[in-house]
Amino acid sequence: MPRTKVPAKSDMFQILDPEGNVLDKKLMPKLTDDDIRKMYGYMVLARKWDEIAWNLQREGRLLTFAPLTGQEASQVGSAYAMEKDDWLFPMYRSNAAMILRGMPMDLLFQYWSGDERGLKIPDDVNMFTIAIPVGTQIPHAAGFAWGMKIQKKKVGVVVYFGDAATSKGDFHEGLNFAGVFKAPLVAICENNQYAISVPRSRQTASETIAQKAAAYGFEGVQVDGNDVFAVYKVTKDALDKARNGNGPTLIECFTYRLGAHTTSDDPTKYRPVEEVEYWKKRDPIDRLRKFMVKKGIWSDSDEQKLLANVEVRVNDAVKKAEAVEAPKPEDMFNYVYEKATEQLRQQMSELK
Amino acid sequence: MKLNMVQAINLALKQEMEKDSSIILLGEDIGKNGGVFRVTEGLWQQFGDERVIDTPLAELGIVGTSIGLAISGMKPVAEIQFDGFTPPALDQIISHVGRIRNRSRGRFHLQMVIRFPSGGGIRALEHHSEIMDTYLCHIAGIKVVVPATPNDAKGLLISAIRDKDPVIFMEPKKVYRAIKEEVPEEEYTIPIGEAKVREGDDVTVIAWGAMVKTVNEAREKIGDKYSVETINLRSLKPLDTNAVVKSVKKTGRAVIVQEGPRTLGFAAELIALINEKAFLSLEAPIKRVTGFDVPTPLPKLENYYLPSVDKVVNAIEDVMRF
Ligand SMILES: Cc1ncc(C[n+]2csc(CCOP(=O)(O)OP(=O)(O)O)c2C)c(N)n1
Repeated sequence: MPRTKVPAKSDMFQILDPEGNVLDKKLMPKLTDDDIRKMYGYMVLARKWDEIAWNLQREGRLLTFAPLTGQEASQVGSAYAMEKDDWLFPMYRSNAAMILRGMPMDLLFQYWSGDERGLKIPDDVNMFTIAIPVGTQIPHAAGFAWGMKIQKKKVGVVVYFGDAATSKGDFHEGLNFAGVFKAPLVAICENNQYAISVPRSRQTASETIAQKAAAYGFEGVQVDGNDVFAVYKVTKDALDKARNGNGPTLIECFTYRLGAHTTSDDPTKYRPVEEVEYWKKRDPIDRLRKFMVKKGIWSDSDEQKLLANVEVRVNDAVKKAEAVEAPKPEDMFNYVYEKATEQLRQQMSELK
Repeated sequence: MKLNMVQAINLALKQEMEKDSSIILLGEDIGKNGGVFRVTEGLWQQFGDERVIDTPLAELGIVGTSIGLAISGMKPVAEIQFDGFTPPALDQIISHVGRIRNRSRGRFHLQMVIRFPSGGGIRALEHHSEIMDTYLCHIAGIKVVVPATPNDAKGLLISAIRDKDPVIFMEPKKVYRAIKEEVPEEEYTIPIGEAKVREGDDVTVIAWGAMVKTVNEAREKIGDKYSVETINLRSLKPLDTNAVVKSVKKTGRAVIVQEGPRTLGFAAELIALINEKAFLSLEAPIKRVTGFDVPTPLPKLENYYLPSVDKVVNAIEDVMRF
């Protein structure tokens, strides 16, 4: 009987070690120096985004906000592997992937400041809206990927979710459909090891999340989520496979949420500082920078220039978002149906 | 002692758990973290991992296993983190929670509580401000309780935990820390199905949950101009029909304030009740102040959506001037 290989922890795919050394040159994906600098740029931008957003939230200019600090390699490595026509199904912590794929930063700020208009993704950006209810985006992405297959479009679909999402029926049902209908889906679990305060061990008794794919009849890979090259490579392979009609892949990015779950969370209540310190030493941004410096493609002055540049870009986006006039109350009625019903029009008139 | 609603609920849970070791709490982040609103703060430390249980993130799983736990002899008090995340559990609530007693012809019953922070008004993200009362009231076999004050919350929750039927306990998150009032330290119960009336003569204003606070503020604003009778329903199912009918028969005028979308909301049920039982006493058409039939808007527009003190005052003026 053929057996699907069940990935165990020891099989975690890695290319870069925490000191930025390449473990095996043969595994290194084809990326130009320019690609690498771009990936690094997105990672640094995402972290600056978090820092500025956090401060804005503290000033009451944003609602609750979920930082991704620590998960930059998982998101940038995977999103960078996507081709122009591929589609992205994000969750509430996917800012880095979304920005990389063309979501305007000012719209993201608008959304997180409590304005629906920030959810209008530009027509030329292949992206669905942000899912807040955990795991609900997985069946949507499976259905979209299936639809691409039915319509004979060579498009890969990437969906992001956290480790806790794998506890929901949506995960099981979505991946099961994807397996049965061989949909071109790449399901990326960013296992940051916590669901707010609840550790990964409370979500599943299985050793890895990647191994769950075996039960759906397709491949699962566990990858070092703080290693941007490893994430890039497994995602690129999975997307190529998907576009070539060979079905879905589940990728578990083994990573760590360095900051709070959201601005309303106090992580010191549930996890030891030593654990956070351990992971700070495995920071994905430091790891890539060490690699670049060793390779001679990054200097201190490059770093300074980049830091200044991302700060300006994020601040410009904030300015743009905050310059937009407040939404009109009627706005809440405008997109409920194609054409507002008589009842809705009457209710709208009560606003006067 | 003076407590807010979070503290009152915490105390009710603690006191009941101390007395009855079959009571267990299940939910997301309710253990070490004490719940995202800190309602279960300190209970994990006191009762341990076996009685205050962080579950996998799965609302259907939480409610579905609570059914099994209850039938096995435990008394689960399940927390859903926000009412916006009760929909995954509705399958179990509709198909099973409300039907077990009936389907088993009385062999099995569910002594269980499903509690969650409810409603809007705290400038939260999408799916964190909805109110599920209408959906839940439509299900036979469950009780739907909505405290409006810390005092209500403690007495009603103890009743809910002791009830031999499943109780949904909706905690208005806007009120959680907004009101502090005298709450007896010792245990007490408030019967489920008894409204609380503050007397007046000219007009009856009916509300539940967070809207009771809005109505009380409207009453203040109106001052001596009219004598307003307010009814805090405290429980939607069962409903204190007597309190409503008696009041409207006295005042002849009614305003109903409902947080959620208008169509098929509980206000409509109250209007039907008044129509059936007190029609001939009415001196003006009944008014309802409600949310609109749109998805709950994000905070920038939320205040236009929610019933406000001014909207309630205007509605009272309208029925008085009719
Ligand atoms: C269905 C549902 N239940 C509860 C919540 C509240 N909540 C938001 S995020 C979260 C933890 C999710 O953890 P995980 O899926 O691992 O992703 P992470 O936030 O760690 O990236 C919870 C419980 C929710 N958004 N949706």
